[in-house]
Amino acid sequence: MRRDLLPTDAVAAGGTPEAADTGAGTSGAIGDDPGAGRQRLRFYQVGSFAVGNRLADPSQRTVQSDATRSNSLDSGHRACQGCGEALGARYALDAAMRAAGGQLVAVNATGCLEVFSTPYPETSWRIAWLHSLFANAPAVATGVAAAMRVKGRSDVRVVAQAGDGGTVDIGFGCLSGMFERNDDVLFICYDNEAYMNTGVQRSGATPSAARTATTEAIGPDPGAPFGQGKDLPRLAMAHGIPYVATATVADLHDLEDKIERATLMRGARYVHVLVPCPLGWGTASADTIAVARLATQTGLFPVYEAKNGSVTSVSKIRRVQPVEAYLGMQKRFAHLFGTPGRPDIVARIQAIADDSIARFGLLDSHAGEPAERGAR
Amino acid sequence: MERPFAITLDVGSSRANHTGSWRVERPVYLDYLPPCNDACPAGENTQRWLYLAESGSYEAAWRALVEDNPFPATMGRVCFHPCETACNRVKVDEAVGINAVERFLGDVALDKGWELPRPGSAADGPARPGTASGRRVLVVGAGPGGLSAAYHLARRGHQVVVADANAEAGGMMRYGIPAYRLPREVLAAEIDRLRPLGVELQLGHVVRDLAAERRDGAYDAVYLGVGAQLARRTDIPAGDSGRVLDALSLLRAAGDGSIELGRRVAVYGGGDTAMDVARTARRLGATDPVIVYRRTRDVMPAHDEELDGAIAEGITVRWLSTIDRFEGGKLVLERMTLGPDNKPVPTGELEELEADTLVLALGESADLSLVEGLDGVQVHDGSVLVDASMMTGAAGIFAGGDVIAGSRTVTDAIGHGKAAARGIDAVLGGEVRAPATRHELASFERLNTWYYDDAPRTIRPELDRIRRQSSFDEVFGSLDETNALFEARRCLSCGNCFECDNCYGVCPDNAVIKLDGAQLDGPPQRRYVVDYDFCKGCGICAAECPCGAIEMIPELI
Ligand SMILES: Cc1cc2nc3c(=O)[nH]c(=O)nc-3n(C[C@H](O)[C@H](O)[C@H](O)COP(=O)(O)OP(=O)(O)OC[C@H]3O[C@@H](n4cnc5c(N)ncnc54)[C@H](O)[C@@H]3O)c2cc1C
Ligand SMILES: Cc1ncc(C[n+]2csc(CCOP(=O)(O)OP(=O)(O)O)c2C)c(N)n1
Ligand code: SF4
Ligand code: SF4
Ligand code: SF4
Ligand SMILES: [Mg+2]
Repeated sequence: MRRDLLPTDAVAAGGTPEAADTGAGTSGAIGDDPGAGRQRLRFYQVGSFAVGNRLADPSQRTVQSDATRSNSLDSGHRACQGCGEALGARYALDAAMRAAGGQLVAVNATGCLEVFSTPYPETSWRIAWLHSLFANAPAVATGVAAAMRVKGRSDVRVVAQAGDGGTVDIGFGCLSGMFERNDDVLFICYDNEAYMNTGVQRSGATPSAARTATTEAIGPDPGAPFGQGKDLPRLAMAHGIPYVATATVADLHDLEDKIERATLMRGARYVHVLVPCPLGWGTASADTIAVARLATQTGLFPVYEAKNGSVTSVSKIRRVQPVEAYLGMQKRFAHLFGTPGRPDIVARIQAIADDSIARFGLLDSHAGEPAERGAR
Repeated sequence: MERPFAITLDVGSSRANHTGSWRVERPVYLDYLPPCNDACPAGENTQRWLYLAESGSYEAAWRALVEDNPFPATMGRVCFHPCETACNRVKVDEAVGINAVERFLGDVALDKGWELPRPGSAADGPARPGTASGRRVLVVGAGPGGLSAAYHLARRGHQVVVADANAEAGGMMRYGIPAYRLPREVLAAEIDRLRPLGVELQLGHVVRDLAAERRDGAYDAVYLGVGAQLARRTDIPAGDSGRVLDALSLLRAAGDGSIELGRRVAVYGGGDTAMDVARTARRLGATDPVIVYRRTRDVMPAHDEELDGAIAEGITVRWLSTIDRFEGGKLVLERMTLGPDNKPVPTGELEELEADTLVLALGESADLSLVEGLDGVQVHDGSVLVDASMMTGAAGIFAGGDVIAGSRTVTDAIGHGKAAARGIDAVLGGEVRAPATRHELASFERLNTWYYDDAPRTIRPELDRIRRQSSFDEVFGSLDETNALFEARRCLSCGNCFECDNCYGVCPDNAVIKLDGAQLDGPPQRRYVVDYDFCKGCGICAAECPCGAIEMIPELI
């Protein structure tokens, strides 16, 4: 129904961008080929999984493989070693820059990404970028989009970005309004599952049982409580906006593809990117991508795409894994392991993963039933 | 400079902030030794030529291959490919079909008439003015070892004469290995390619006294590659009706088409030669050749694929049997059991097997009469003793191939010939180079296999079974260009960067620089360098490199 409210001029002014898909419900069902929408490379030693490939046609390589990529977020930033958020932001914004032909404005909420990139007056940003407050990035971005419209700059695309705290908690009011008005903004949430910049406090995106500074690993229910928290991609879908997607730093081709598509669409778009935080999760800095990959291969973080409120494609699990493989490498879950450990809690988390696998149809029949997980 | 309150920095880029100082470990790009290279007895750089073949640069790939081995089309047919046994891809799905790609490259080269590198072109050869060293080397035996030595010596600028007793060159490749595995035209074409290098072949030349031959020909050095030509026999009481042959004479005669075997043929032995004999007998009209072997399949020395090939052609094996006697159209066999150490133990139980001809395939030994009385040449257990440079106890006399102890294969002989050429060159005053340091092994644990796509191995076309029983046509066909390319691209490039851009992509600090053909000093650079001004040492690049070509090493702080 919100489709009627779509500003038709914005769609018409789109130029090359793919117009907002108004055919709600017509675009495929859950379980579409994970590669649907992006071209899958013929077998080239590393197929579609690595960043680039000397043998692949340049048009099929990622933005990141390009020696002339924009490096939107430059070297010298003060993110921790192995920061997933720094990586995810460069992945996303470089893809958006290419899609928008360099005509991009980014609005950033307060959070690590803003703090580590911009200790005034020094900055790591090589794009038009502004920061105002923790809570209001969606509203500021809406204003930027309106200003561009007034100036007749339909070529300029607007991105707003924030951490999970800035998105699911303090910024949620502004964001929900931005969705409801279907403002022409791409909002990217970099989800590291806690308020990292202020010292790892629990957010609405912190997973159950995780230890944070505010959910200590003590008592009968250690870590973050079960049954609380917010699944923002699904909340965004519930707004019926044209485009919602999830992605991780472990699948670059998928992430770039989604950002590119989202950048070119009009109206409110939301992309939720899982970005592991070595400090907050207690992982080795070298494992940032590995742990994100395990989040997807356990089913705990489903990777999918939704148009107008319906899921249109999911990334199938390639090598299904038990949740222990994922939890076990993170110190924030250390209290679940060892002797005696908390196998009951691990089992509850496994049940969450199994639910997510079933809900999104993450397993191909050949990838094995959850019972066979870990076989490969 | 005046700055506003609480502002300590100038307006500018964060590139002023050299985060490299945070690092406690640094990533370095290294080339590791792929297990396939490590396992190749001819010392081929398989990973390297597969890499070149992957982009369709077949000539470059072939050139990289013939740096070590001048006979790819031959090796692509007869090598037992220990490289594939060692290949890391075995642990992902199946080994890369290295041998099939080698054959493809070898065949393309013959087809296109590519020539071997000229004298003076050895990559690790002497830096001599001009190409001719003025030194003469005699190679005795034109088997794979002798020809390989000749090739590598010629490339080092020496004048090489190869003397061989046979009418044609090739040694066992020509007179032993049957044509259905190695067509003679392929072998001849690869050997012919040596002639433009100035290698002189003296065929029909038996060397009886090596010392005299060396003196009379004024040779500065010798490579002894006479192989193992004497068939081992065993005493089997045979009546007058029983015909007993040895494997080598049968195979040699089969090549000339000058033999009548009879319908019922029994072959005694359990090595690859026994398989070749039985399969050859089949093609010569024997209805159901039987292999008689003393022990069991698990301990049989023949390679599995040779035995499988024989069984597929209708050959049967009498396991745990020895031959007691051969009389009047039948063999009397004795049943054995396996004792400790897999030694066969007689049971006294006898049985009969009808046979017109018995072929003994019990192995071969070397005829070393030509070095008898040569000071210094030591023989132990029928094998010539050599040092690490392949030199015998006699100065200037080198040996390799089947005359020395070790596994007797074409590939080993080619490797020996190459090593001996290097040794001879050193003795002849060439530049003595320290052997290249062996890189650390690219073990499977170094790989991040997530990035490799699933790609099952390509199956080589096989001649149908009916035709295999009557003709000497080649059993295995070649890959065509499409599947050879596919097969090459299955290589994981263990321990050697193949430019996948992962490290360049995954660095959160943009601290990897993609050279992308940049010309720093000289030819265009591929690959990558780390910008240590900004690298924080997180290790993601090393963890996500598919082939394990990056190592994190501690900073000395
Ligand atoms: C039936 C059979 C099948 C085989 N199949 C395979 C296979 O599939 N793959 C594999 O890798 N290996 C195989 N082998 C083993 C392989 O052929 C040998 O290991 C290899 O050929 C040894 O090479 P070489 O150079 O030492 O000697 P050879 O190949 O034996 O060559 C020695 C040469 O020296 C010559 N010669 C000997 N004495 C004198 C003399 N006094 N004067 C002049 N010339 C002399 C001989 O005429 C001969 O040409 C097979 C062997 C046999 C018998
Ligand atoms: C209104 C307001 N409250 C609190 C803060 C302090 N603060 C700065 S960053 C931050 C946490 C940000 O968390 P998140 O949005 O998840 O981003 P992250 O740092 O984890 O990337 C907080 C609480 C602030 N800047 N403004
Ligand atoms: S995958 Fe390639 S480099 Fe690795 S062992 Fe096999 S052939 Fe060699
Ligand atoms: S990923 Fe970048 S910062 Fe991390 S070790 Fe490698 S080069 Fe250094
Ligand atoms: S990650 Fe890829 S590009 Fe980088 S060193 Fe490894 S193989 Fe080469
Ligand atoms: Mg956060």
